[in-house]
Amino acid sequence: MTHPIGCREAVERLWGYLDGELDGTAHGAMEAHLAYCLRCCGELAFAREIRDVLRTRGAGDLPGGPLERLHAFIDRLDTATDTGATT
Amino acid sequence: MGEQMLETAERTSLQALARAELPGLYALARQLAGTSAEDLVQETLLRACRSIHRLRDPKAAPRWLRVILVNVWRDGLRKAGRDPREIPVEDEVTFSLYRTLAEEDPLPYSDTMHVDFLGAFSKRDVQLVLGRLPDLYRVPLVLRYIEGFSTTDIAQLLELPPGTVYSTLHRGRQRFERALWDYAEESGLLDDHDRGDRPGERGTS
Ligand SMILES: [Zn+2]
Repeated sequence: MTHPIGCREAVERLWGYLDGELDGTAHGAMEAHLAYCLRCCGELAFAREIRDVLRTRGAGDLPGGPLERLHAFIDRLDTATDTGATT
Repeated sequence: MGEQMLETAERTSLQALARAELPGLYALARQLAGTSAEDLVQETLLRACRSIHRLRDPKAAPRWLRVILVNVWRDGLRKAGRDPREIPVEDEVTFSLYRTLAEEDPLPYSDTMHVDFLGAFSKRDVQLVLGRLPDLYRVPLVLRYIEGFSTTDIAQLLELPPGTVYSTLHRGRQRFERALWDYAEESGLLDDHDRGDRPGERGTS
């Protein structure tokens, strides 16, 4: 059914597979490849780790000063828009 | 009149919404605009005020605000003559951190070297690495993996064909991996393994 793929193609599609963004055929080809290729399984597990690194460590803690100023800005939003352009 | 009252009600709910979403919006703004993040959030909220009447489903509000933020950011870049979507001509990098680690074996005493390598990066390290990537690559990565937008969403946000976003994400991930490796080498991240002298939080996972 699905045509067999080698490691080069498998690695190219690794993240698409991980992110659930492959179409049915490509997904099937990946599963077939992963069923026997240990190296690509290792790459896949590692890609998942990298994705977690981005998600959990990619964003910094927010400084309080700007947040406080932005809260004050929000408090004044109703008057701010009255002086702006009319709808 | 009735319309006026409606507007007031909408504004009040926008204020509540803005307060609830502020940390997330500001975090995204920092990823996109760095030191101009505060201005970007302000502009976003002003634009949201003007179009709140188009928001029908309150549950869609967090995402709606983020979409506005990305649009405001992009409009600003365009005005400044910097289109974040410009793709450099060359730019084929093939780099596999997985294979590089297997070949270079930087942590010879570790049985779980791949995981340990990533574990050596603190939050601050990861953010510095991300910051080294050009906007073109960093922004889709942030939108995809930190903000959780789908590739299709990002294509709409950046007005790019999905195929282009797909390949930009692919290159961006490779660059991120490469940058992790370079950073680890330059900063001696793997040398001082106990790292008692390095301030900053460790990863929380
Ligand atoms: Zn393989």
